[in-house]
Amino acid sequence: MKSTEKSAREPFFQIVKRDNLVWWKAWLIRAAAVISAFLVCGIVSVILTKRGFGSFYVSLFKGVFQTERRIWNLFQNISLLLCISLAVTPAFKMRFWNIGAEGQALVGALASAAIVVYFGGKVPEALLLVMMFGAAVAASVIWAVIPALFKAQWNTNETLFTLMMNYVAKSLVAYFINVWVTSGSGVLGVLKFGHFPAIGGYAYLLNIIIVAVLTVLVYMYLKKTKHGYEVSVVGESLNTARYVGINVKKVIIRTMVLTGVLCGIAGLLLVAGTSHTVATNTVGGRGFTAILVSWLAKFNPLYMILTSFMVVFLQQGAAQVATDYRLSNAFPDIIIGMFFFFIIACEFFANYSIKFRLAKKEKKA
Amino acid sequence: MEKAIAIQMKGITKRFGEVIANKDADLDVRKGEILALLGENGSGKTTLMNMLAGIYFPDEGKIYIDGKEVVIRSPRDAYNHKIGMIHQHFKLIDVYNAIDNIILGESFYFDEAANKAKIASLKKPEGNESRKEKFKRNIKLLAARLEKAGAYIKFNWLSRNRGEDIRAIADKYGFAIDLKKKIYDMSVSEKQTVEIIKVLYRGADILILDEPTAVLTPQETKRLFDVIRNMRDDGKSIIIITHKLNEVLSVSDRVAVLRKGEHIATVNTAETSETELTEMMVGKKVVLNIDRAEPKNPIDRLTVSGLSLINKENVKVLDNVSFTARAGEILGIAGVAGSGQRELLEAIAGLQPAATGKITYFKPESNEAVNLRAKTPTQIREMGVRLSFVPEDRLGMGLVGNMDIVDNMMLRSYKKGKFFFVDRKKPKSLAENIIKSLEVATPGTNIPVRRLSGGNVQKVLVGREIASSPTVLMAAYPVRGLDINSSYTIYNLLNKQKENGVAVIFVGEDLDVLIELCDRIMVICGGKITGIVDGRSATKEEIGLLMTKGRQMEQSPSTVGQRG
Repeated sequence: MKSTEKSAREPFFQIVKRDNLVWWKAWLIRAAAVISAFLVCGIVSVILTKRGFGSFYVSLFKGVFQTERRIWNLFQNISLLLCISLAVTPAFKMRFWNIGAEGQALVGALASAAIVVYFGGKVPEALLLVMMFGAAVAASVIWAVIPALFKAQWNTNETLFTLMMNYVAKSLVAYFINVWVTSGSGVLGVLKFGHFPAIGGYAYLLNIIIVAVLTVLVYMYLKKTKHGYEVSVVGESLNTARYVGINVKKVIIRTMVLTGVLCGIAGLLLVAGTSHTVATNTVGGRGFTAILVSWLAKFNPLYMILTSFMVVFLQQGAAQVATDYRLSNAFPDIIIGMFFFFIIACEFFANYSIKFRLAKKEKKA
Repeated sequence: MEKAIAIQMKGITKRFGEVIANKDADLDVRKGEILALLGENGSGKTTLMNMLAGIYFPDEGKIYIDGKEVVIRSPRDAYNHKIGMIHQHFKLIDVYNAIDNIILGESFYFDEAANKAKIASLKKPEGNESRKEKFKRNIKLLAARLEKAGAYIKFNWLSRNRGEDIRAIADKYGFAIDLKKKIYDMSVSEKQTVEIIKVLYRGADILILDEPTAVLTPQETKRLFDVIRNMRDDGKSIIIITHKLNEVLSVSDRVAVLRKGEHIATVNTAETSETELTEMMVGKKVVLNIDRAEPKNPIDRLTVSGLSLINKENVKVLDNVSFTARAGEILGIAGVAGSGQRELLEAIAGLQPAATGKITYFKPESNEAVNLRAKTPTQIREMGVRLSFVPEDRLGMGLVGNMDIVDNMMLRSYKKGKFFFVDRKKPKSLAENIIKSLEVATPGTNIPVRRLSGGNVQKVLVGREIASSPTVLMAAYPVRGLDINSSYTIYNLLNKQKENGVAVIFVGEDLDVLIELCDRIMVICGGKITGIVDGRSATKEEIGLLMTKGRQMEQSPSTVGQRG
């Protein structure tokens, strides 16, 4: 009697939270997810291209590593994405959902382009770069701090606010291009001044070095400093922050200033280091991809190197596959989508295990 | 005449890990009666009722409805047995109106058994049937199979047209409510009305109300009781969970008393008195053997006078509170949970800036008076006031669950030092010290505190708060959920602080502990101080009465225990 009652009320399977998964097991699960993602992507591409299974992987890797130029491109793209990811991370750790990094980086780019347009050729190149840096950082900080002020003062929703600021930033860029480009083409050509010096002949090296340094700095900031400690306390529990006397408003604003500074640097890298121009799509969605990068890395700047590499690798590789087989340019998005489906799903299995009723039962506490 | 028994619970036991919430509890409810379920906080009233409502499943014991044994696995089962529970925290959808909220779950009323029987009967051909008959039967079979889907589709139609049925129920029992009003526009008492109508609409014959008057004004309470009496006269059984004696006496027919998870007795309300009920509720004095030293040189350390606080919901949670905490003494605070204890401690700790009145701290070195009211925790610290606070919500306020022990040690002290970087060496050695001296069971210092057991979490928190050598130590429910050994560790720590000349303020729920541990006990009820008694001479009944019917009593200087 008793036992039938029990089996009747216990569900067929239970999802049980794992508490301490050994680190290598967690990584094994993640590795398995990456491999299965690769396999499934391969199968999908076979269906779409009707070519052999292997050709997909060949194209994918060729697109990223075949030429020196492509490899430089890879690192250059990683550095830009990583820079913006670093920018959003402290705020995210504080549970401030800033989805406006796109706009924050864009105004930075616009400000540095403005400096080139108005001062290019009139001041020495080094001074010009310093001015660009200052303008970009100032513009981005303003863009990032406005929503933070509203959040701190009136508890407005930062997600909507930062999102809307993106559109304002885009319109500003469109406006200034119209002001600067008198021909009416609506495209600001390549700017002649304000380029980063090519270290050892490598155009993108400075970008990469700057971001590498920033990564270490942000890591140190979050892990080792009092500010970083406050950020995690505010993110984990507002009540605790209140209890120990942390000034939450101050922390919110200070952290968004940091986000602004980093976004400003990203804008500078875009104008001075990569595109040498500005357009409404200069940031190219990196402000949103950065959220994914940061989140997947669990807000750890060092892991973010890995996740940003993965994103850029897939974008670049899948774009090559799409060109090789004349697939639509939605193909890279499909590949990336499938990939992250697996990666995100595997986190579930790393955190929970599924126990079936038939298996040995744990006595319920 | 004895009324028929509607529900009977027999030998119900429920454990949560080590904690026993209900032990071998019996209870019976008759048809057409109001049963009050009386007991202190944590006496297992809500747990017992949750087992009727299908939220928990008893570990042992049986439930009978109308004499038949039933198994209640889920709230749905409870509804099928016509049991409805109105929880303390309402489960309503804010953006819907009352009707939509009541209609939600209507699909539960699809009669699956009847539908299945119909399908089964249609499956069998009736003797020799012609082709035409067979075709007709199959059409009917198909229709029967689609009925369930139809019931779901009808849901939308229902929400538009069933308003009249609901109106009829409301009028029958005398609820005054606008059913078209959105929940977010409603007052607490209106929301409660919606919950009650919802349960009635679903056909419940047995209604369980969990502390229904906790959120109501006296006028609203009176109205609610009128409605409850109407329902009783209609033959419904009503169980009211409460710890307010005056309500029990005014509304119930019978009273069941629970204490520490056990059913003590069920008595007829007409044949009992407040004193008898209090005695049953708090029980006989238990000897705990907590060492209590005489306070050495007790001088005033913290004086609170005329402290009032109105919270965000515009409720006066503290009303003209005045008391003094002395160095070298443990001041206990007794009261039903939610009487303002939390707000009082938070106001002293600088977390309730809206409080009015006076909070004065006397510096031990100079006896200089410092005002603490409307200061932030940081300001209080900077003034040199060593105030430690062990809050009720350990992992939500006192500690950060996801951080490791070392990082939690730093919470209070991380700002020390001029450097931009945090120093983790001192907190680490502090963590190691606490683990060693308080015997915290943990694999190491770098484990997130949420993985520790409740007792160990509390040791970490209390250890940290004591480490800053406070002059005032406030602890809210520091032994809640702890086993005996950990509890004694905490009592000893508090006693040691007292011997060191710290003014200890201890908010507790177990009266036995309060009486054994504290030098003076202050009783708070509804935000008011209803009395301060001497811990050495007070009785549980005395405190119990102050806790429950304090509203009628005026605070007078004569109730303040004067110690010689």
